[in-house]
Amino acid sequence: MNPERYSRQTILKDFGPEAQQKLAKAKVLVVGAGGLGIPVMTYLNAMGVGTLGIVDLDRVALSNLHRQVLYAESDIGKSKVAVALSKLKAQNSNTDLRSHEMFLDRDNALETIRSYDLVVDASDNFPTRYLINDACVILSKPFIYGALHGFEGQVSVFNYKGGPSYRCLYPKMPKASEVPNCDQHGVLGILPGIVGNLQALEAIKVITGIGEVLSGTLLLFDGLVNGFQKIKFSSLPENMIIDRLQGNYELDCGLSFESVTPETFERLLASGPLQLIDVRNTDEFQSFHIANSINIPLSELARRKGEIDMTVPAYFLCQSGIRSQKAIFELEPFYSSARLVNVTGGINQLHQYAAKY
Amino acid sequence: MEILLFGIAKDIVGKSKIQFAAGEGQPTSVKELRQTLESAYPDLGRLSSMAVAVNSEYVRDELILKPGDEIAIIPPVSGG
Repeated sequence: MNPERYSRQTILKDFGPEAQQKLAKAKVLVVGAGGLGIPVMTYLNAMGVGTLGIVDLDRVALSNLHRQVLYAESDIGKSKVAVALSKLKAQNSNTDLRSHEMFLDRDNALETIRSYDLVVDASDNFPTRYLINDACVILSKPFIYGALHGFEGQVSVFNYKGGPSYRCLYPKMPKASEVPNCDQHGVLGILPGIVGNLQALEAIKVITGIGEVLSGTLLLFDGLVNGFQKIKFSSLPENMIIDRLQGNYELDCGLSFESVTPETFERLLASGPLQLIDVRNTDEFQSFHIANSINIPLSELARRKGEIDMTVPAYFLCQSGIRSQKAIFELEPFYSSARLVNVTGGINQLHQYAAKY
Repeated sequence: MEILLFGIAKDIVGKSKIQFAAGEGQPTSVKELRQTLESAYPDLGRLSSMAVAVNSEYVRDELILKPGDEIAIIPPVSGG
């Protein structure tokens, strides 16, 4: 490799060829090839991290483009991991790029993470975040956490040299109804760029040993005032001893409900008419919806529930499958014998449709 | 006593800061602060993990609050 390539960082007194060597030997797994994952993998790849694995199963959608700046309009509908890998390959042909086209789950997490030194949590949901935490604690791997809410972001480094974990900050996974995700709540396009770059910086520090790692410190960023705050926290022994993964990392909804997988739902759609209630907001519905679906935004459900025919099955759909669950929980007490079915993962997981939105 | 709100807590309350005037009604512990906030904003009570920091340090419910404390309410966020 031409040493000129990294010369602008290797001439840094506190970095040098030694740190560059450490980057070259490092194996980093980035979980999520979305808003946070893109700046993380782009910079780690550019700066010379030797092995970079990327986990995701999503496809590029039109509504991703305002923040997921690696993807072009011509990538819509394509696998994010496949597109990202080809762009990263062109950016730096020395990197050993590894594709993991899947969602991280309890069956593949340990096996996947085991062969990396460091994990970057660039996911967009609580089940994955708690799964990454538990798997990293079991395997003694540090991980770089980043998360967003509207104009705000959080960054920290967990499980680093005996430091605290995600559960030391938030012991229990929130329930499905508590905290919205980006699809529901929205996110300013540049926010994941800022937060993801802060994560990439922490990854570089963990690998090379330069500076002070954000271990035991939660960095809060508020984009509206360009404010940074650091909160110190310490580890709780009960969170640092995990010997196996939980049986289940699904969002705890406290209630049971019937659900249908995206694949089965697509077959049902193709096989004939069904009663489909789309509980997204009116503007989301107008920009794209499945033919013959009925739009009853979640906020109007209490008032408009009479519009649903409870004598036949009702399928509930939203962008990611969370609001549709809430809709079912809201209706269940009134219609105990009705068949209210959640479309798991929402429009995001319906491959035939997801790309159009 | 100033309370800074982050994430969903800011959305629930509808502003990024709450001031408690000195004296009456000012919570004396983190536990009391949680109760005061939850009774004023019931949706805050539904959050299963809501971190509280006092003077930039994560604290437990037992901590006694002092008049000049700067408090931050930091719920978990999931977006990516």
